Amino acid sequence: MAGVSSSALSSAAAPLSRPGGRGAAKRVLPGFNITLGFTVFYLCLIVLIPLSALVFKTFTLDWAHFWSAVTSPRVMASYRLTFGASLLAALVNLVFGLLVAWVLVRYKFPGKRIVDALVDLPFALPTAVAGISLTALLAGNGWIGQFLEPHGIKLAFTPAGIVIALIFIGLPFVVRTVQPVLEDTERELEEAASSLGATRLQTFTKVILPAIMPALLTGFAMAFARAIGEYGSVIFIAGNMPMISEITPLIIIGKLEQYDYAGATAVALVMLVISFAMLLVINGLQGWQRRRSGDS
Amino acid sequence: MSSDNNRTVRRVTAGTTESPWVRRVLIALALGFMFLFLVLPLAAVATEALRKGFGAYVEALKEPDAWSSIRLTLIVAAITVPMNLVFGVAAAWAIAKFEFRGKALLTTLVDLPFAVSPVVAGLIYVLVFGAQGWIGPWLAEHDIKIIFAVPGIVLATVFVTFPFIARELIPLMQAQGTDEEQAAIVLGATGWQTFWRVTLPNIKWGLLYGVILCNARAMGEFGAVSVVSGHIRGQTNTMPLHVEVLYNEYQSVAAFAVASLLAILALVTLVIKSVIEWRHEREMKAIAELPPERPNP
Repeated sequence: MAGVSSSALSSAAAPLSRPGGRGAAKRVLPGFNITLGFTVFYLCLIVLIPLSALVFKTFTLDWAHFWSAVTSPRVMASYRLTFGASLLAALVNLVFGLLVAWVLVRYKFPGKRIVDALVDLPFALPTAVAGISLTALLAGNGWIGQFLEPHGIKLAFTPAGIVIALIFIGLPFVVRTVQPVLEDTERELEEAASSLGATRLQTFTKVILPAIMPALLTGFAMAFARAIGEYGSVIFIAGNMPMISEITPLIIIGKLEQYDYAGATAVALVMLVISFAMLLVINGLQGWQRRRSGDS
Repeated sequence: MSSDNNRTVRRVTAGTTESPWVRRVLIALALGFMFLFLVLPLAAVATEALRKGFGAYVEALKEPDAWSSIRLTLIVAAITVPMNLVFGVAAAWAIAKFEFRGKALLTTLVDLPFAVSPVVAGLIYVLVFGAQGWIGPWLAEHDIKIIFAVPGIVLATVFVTFPFIARELIPLMQAQGTDEEQAAIVLGATGWQTFWRVTLPNIKWGLLYGVILCNARAMGEFGAVSVVSGHIRGQTNTMPLHVEVLYNEYQSVAAFAVASLLAILALVTLVIKSVIEWRHEREMKAIAELPPERPNP
């Protein structure tokens, strides 16, 4: 059941099986030209042509203007915040995502199916709703905030609040990529390790962890990539103070609101390049995962 | 002898599970984490929406601007989901049933919108259709409004929900192979008959699954829509944007009232998704247990 959801929701999980040598037989089926033609046409119309507009618009900037737009102190502060908060949130999701996946696969407890279904909530709940409800919880008069504020701990309207929002939206990625792999791990190997004298902790770190490592890193990379681009849930809780709690997507919005299209485009191109890089990393990790499962 | 065996058995089971208290601690930690991050925010939406009683909640939803945002959200989803449905089925048919050069690249490109920040997704449409964009001047001449109007909102939503259905169908149809379709064709069925009577029944649950997820995201999209909408109250505010407007105006109850509808949408989505999964767990397992297609040496 987890396999379906992860393939639907996570950003890239298609196993690219290549039934080579059967190509000739496959052409018996009709509709290849029309479906491929429509797919490429629609892809160009909706995705590729608009994205190329971003690249071409950037070419109209001279280098000095581009460089000053993407390296101004306020923008640099936003990169540090966006990457730092995303990395921290993805690390928390790495640990707790593995924990939740482990508990859901290996243990039995009442209400397990509801808990399993609830894991996908961040995919289904609109980000703006997540943003305002997390803010309501963490604000000084909120359910959680009222206990923290007297101790001098402020979460809402600080970078810490951003990390919490990003943990929320990234939570399902690690769970849903690790869960199916954990279900498929061979218990015989654990039995063998144990009968050869390994403690349970040794079995976990030396047998189970290496087996799920590609999936774990894939989930981590997906949560990280999603967090970098996230906007809706963050802006409500961030406070959006320039240099302190202003994320990079908000910089783009701010420049657009001042009709600085060139500046917005320059920063957006930086984000787009990072997105491409993350997509390649995720594809590479999934290739590793496929080779790993192909070996076993 | 027998006591020796017993000891070995006990040691092996001890080596493949954790001691009961470790198990309990791990379960408690996982559930505590999920409670803090998933259950509490949902509960907060409900309490904040009902803070001034049920009457105030209903009044907030009866407001004309709230109504127009609900109507716009439904319209956007009603256009977006069928568009991406047709694309998803076509893309999955081409990618899963045929071999061609550049297939891996095409599959990666289909995923691309997931990797792009929603704000960037909105921006690219402004660069194409906006007043200073590629075809903005031409559109202005012919009095066609796309940016800061409904077509722009639809386009941005189509972009962010682009891969959902295709992504669901491609692995499913790849796992099912082409034998059944080939048999139908050989027996004289037309392409359409083969699709409707052979392929569609095989993929209907995956298809429904993709559709409800695509719909949830289409109705809840915020960042991309925020860039292209122009925030014209009563005209181009979708539900998530209306939530933002109300929230920034300190109309907390009204904001959470509209948000509660979106939260209900999310819960309904999760219920439908779980029902599909639970009822067809066996079916899915059977598909998953088919031997994977391997390249011939």
